[in-house]
Amino acid sequence: MRVVIAEDLFLLRDGLTRMLEAHGLQVTAAVDNGEDLLTALRGDPPDIAIVDVRLPPTFSDEGLRAALRARKENPDLPILVLSQYVEQLYARELLAGGSGGGIGYLLKDRVFDSAQFVDAVRRVAHGGTAMDPEVISRLLARNSGDGSLSALSPREREVLGLMAEGRSNAAIAQRLVITERAVAKHTASIFLRLDLQQSDDDNRRVLAVLAYLGG
Amino acid sequence: METLRTGARAAARGLALGLLNPAGIAMILILFVVAKRSAGGPFLDQNLLHAVLIAVPLTCVVVLAATITPGLSRGIRRLARLTRRMVGAWCGVPIAEPYLDRTPRRKDPATWRDVLWLSAGSWLGVLVAMLPAVLIGVGVIGFIGSQLTGAIPPPAYPGNGTVSIVVYGAGFIAAGLYSAPKMLKAYGLLAKSMLAPTGSAALERRVEHLSQTRTETLDSGAAEIRRIERDLHDGAQARLVAMGMTLDAAGQLIDDDPKAARALLIEARDNSAKALRELRELVRGIHPPVLADRGLADAIRALALDTPLRIQLSSDLGARARPSAPIESAAYFAVNELVANVSKHAQASQAWIDIRHDGGMLKISVTDDGQGGADPNRGSGLTGIERRLAAFDGVLAVSSPPGGPTAVTMAIPCALS
Repeated sequence: MRVVIAEDLFLLRDGLTRMLEAHGLQVTAAVDNGEDLLTALRGDPPDIAIVDVRLPPTFSDEGLRAALRARKENPDLPILVLSQYVEQLYARELLAGGSGGGIGYLLKDRVFDSAQFVDAVRRVAHGGTAMDPEVISRLLARNSGDGSLSALSPREREVLGLMAEGRSNAAIAQRLVITERAVAKHTASIFLRLDLQQSDDDNRRVLAVLAYLGG
Repeated sequence: METLRTGARAAARGLALGLLNPAGIAMILILFVVAKRSAGGPFLDQNLLHAVLIAVPLTCVVVLAATITPGLSRGIRRLARLTRRMVGAWCGVPIAEPYLDRTPRRKDPATWRDVLWLSAGSWLGVLVAMLPAVLIGVGVIGFIGSQLTGAIPPPAYPGNGTVSIVVYGAGFIAAGLYSAPKMLKAYGLLAKSMLAPTGSAALERRVEHLSQTRTETLDSGAAEIRRIERDLHDGAQARLVAMGMTLDAAGQLIDDDPKAARALLIEARDNSAKALRELRELVRGIHPPVLADRGLADAIRALALDTPLRIQLSSDLGARARPSAPIESAAYFAVNELVANVSKHAQASQAWIDIRHDGGMLKISVTDDGQGGADPNRGSGLTGIERRLAAFDGVLAVSSPPGGPTAVTMAIPCALS
C-alpha cells in the first residue's frame, strides 16, 4: 500500500514514516506543506494521503483545505486527516466533500497505538471511514436529548458509537468482547429504532449513522 | 391634517417638558396668578414683573436646597436624567450623560450645571417650549371659549365683533400649531447646551472609563495567566514528570523483568495521552484553534455543533474580512458564555445567533426561546461579559422578560481587515 504524508513537524513526519513502514506500508512521499501535497497527489496518486490539518505557510487549516481540494479533484482519493484537536465542523466538511468513502479524521494521539492506527489507515485506504472517538462522543452527547437515541440500551449506544467511528462488526465484536452475531443483532435493533435503512455495505452503514447523528 | 397632528403633539410635548422643569412649573403658576389678577385689564403690567422677580430667585433657592439635601439630591439628578431622555426622544436631540462615575455627586461639576438648568438657566427654554401650548390655550379658551360660553371674560383686544374674535382665536391656534415643532427643537438645543457634557467633562469621562477598563483588563489578564500557569503546573508538567520517572523505572527493569517494563511503558504512554488531552483543553480555553484557523463565524459555528441546543447561526462576516484578533477572541468567549448560560439556565429548546458588521460596529445577538428572567444586575456572568466588552468600548444589552424570550445583544466598535 502506497502512502503520501503531509506533516510539517520533522519529528512527527519521520516517526509516522517509520511506523507505517514497520507495518509494511510504503511511504512514497513525505512533504511539509499543502502545495507540495497537491503536487505529489496529482503526479502519482497513492492509495491514501495522511494530512496534518495545520501546515505552513499560514499555519491555520492549510492542510484541511489542501485535503478538500484534493478530494474535489479526485473524489475517490482516500484521505486521513490528522490534527492536534478535532472539530465537528471539520468532520462535516470532510464527509461532505468527495464521494463519501475513504475519509478519516483522527486526533494525533491515535498514533500512540500503532496497530489501531495502521488499521484505520488501511480501512480508509479501502474506502472505509475512520472518525475519531472524540468526534463521535461529542456527536452522541449532542444528540443525547434525542428521543429515539435515548431509547437505545447502553450496550446499543456503545455499538452505535463504534459503528460511527467506522469499525466493522468484527472489530466491534473484538472490542466489546462479544460475538459478531451479537453485534449484528445490536446493529439491526439500532437501525430499526433509529428508523434507518439497513445496508450490507459497511461504509454506507457508517455514513447513514453519521448522517443521523449530524442531524 | 398631518401638520395639525404634528403641531398638536409637539405643543403637548413642549408643555410636558416645561412642566418637568421647576422653572416651567413656576412660569405656569405666574401665568395663572397674573391672568387672574389682571383679568380684563392689560396683560403685561407690573403684576407680571413682580411675579417674575419673586419666582425666579424662589425657584433657584428651592432647587439648590433640594440639591444639598442628601435625600433629595438624587431626585434632582433623576429629574435631569429624565429630561435628557425625554429631550432625546421628543426633540430629536440626543444628550449624553455628563456625570463622572467615581466622583461624589456634589463635587461633580455636572451636578451644578443640572441645578442651573432646573432653576435659573432654563427660563428662556421653558418659555420657548410652552409658548405654542399657551398660544393654543389662549386661542381656544380666551377667544373662542369666551364667545361660546360667556363664562370666561374675553381678554382686552383691539376691535370687536364675533368675526374678529374668531379670526384672532384661529390666528393664535394656528401660530401655536405651526411653531410647536420648531420650538420643541429649540428647547432641545437649549437643554443640550446646558445638560450635555462640556468638552472637558466628556474628556474626563473618557479618561475615567479608559483607566477603569484598563485596570480591569490588566487584572483579568493577570488572573488568566495565573490560571494557565496553575493548569500547566498541575496538569501537563506533572504528567511529564511522572512519565519521566515511569520510563526510567521501565529502563531499569527491561532486562530483568520485560513484562513489568512493558506495563510501565504502557502507563507512560497513557500518561502522555492524558497530558495531550489536558493541553488541548487548555489551548481551547486560551484561544480555540478553529478561531485562529477560520475566524469568528466558523468558530461560533463549531461551538454550535458542540452544544446540545439547536442553534441557528446567521452571519454576514466574509471569510476574508475579520475583526482584529483581540476583538474576535473577546466576542467568541462572550458568545461561548452566553450559549453556556442558555444551555444551563434558560430551559430553551432553540437559540439563534446573528453576527453582522455594519456602521463600524460588530453586532452579535444571541436569542433563545427559554423562560427568560435573566437579570444582568444579579451578579450573573453577564456582568463579567459586559466588563470584558467595555475594554473595547463594547456594550451589552439584555432583554429577558419573565416567561421569555431572552435576547442578548452586544455591539463592539471595530473595523474589519
